[in-house]
Amino acid sequence: MNQNGNNQGCAEFQARLPELIGSGEDMSVNPHIQSCELCRALLADLESIAEAARQLFPIVEPPDNLWEQIESAIRDEEKSGKKK
Amino acid sequence: MLARAQSGDHQAFAELYSTHKRRIYSLCLRMVGNVAEAEDLTQEAFLQLHRKIATFRGDSAFSTWLHRLTINVVLMQLRKKGLSLISLDEAMEPVQDESPGRSFGAPDPTLTGAIDRLALERAVASLPAGYRLIFILHDVEGFEHNEIASMLDCSIGNSKSQLHKARLKLREALRTNQPLEAQS
Repeated sequence: MNQNGNNQGCAEFQARLPELIGSGEDMSVNPHIQSCELCRALLADLESIAEAARQLFPIVEPPDNLWEQIESAIRDEEKSGKKK
Repeated sequence: MLARAQSGDHQAFAELYSTHKRRIYSLCLRMVGNVAEAEDLTQEAFLQLHRKIATFRGDSAFSTWLHRLTINVVLMQLRKKGLSLISLDEAMEPVQDESPGRSFGAPDPTLTGAIDRLALERAVASLPAGYRLIFILHDVEGFEHNEIASMLDCSIGNSKSQLHKARLKLREALRTNQPLEAQS
């Protein structure tokens, strides 16, 4: 078990991570992941962050009066001939 | 509805607003974190949409085009405020020195247990704007890299690379429990 990371192997693996993550590839069978605890932890953390992101900042409704403000601004633009 | 709105039908434009208002307002709010500012940005985005809707030619999905327009409005506002931000152009530049490999061999504490939602939201809010935008578009809103590349005029590979860097920055912030601007 490699706990401290193998510089060369880690560098090569981490350089490929942006492509590997989300590719659908089963990362658990990746030889480097199987042998390197540090990269396994890194991958787990990045996947946790991506998973947690789905719960962030729920979709919210704008206030009801926003449309009135937009309508009013559109009318003003049309009256002043600024519409391009 | 879109064709009618493009020909100046006010009711059709109102329907377009109703269809897209939640996602556009939510994107603005996620980017600036301030309700009043998000309302102003949403208003500006729909005003610009009204000015430009006739120029939409259907080369991309309408929602992608509207997101792109909104992103430009948001980034212009962020630049006006002169906030600490990596501009979209800068965020799209390949960065040479950010390989996570630089800490190989060093003690590397991992995130333990479930990620605290509020801590992650704070960390996202403290990301430079370019990284925040890509992270929100992909991981929060669920856009695919090809859609993001179209919105931001960048390559798919660049979108993947910048998303990866954003996640690495978030991991660092969560591990040290410090907002990113407080880190050297």
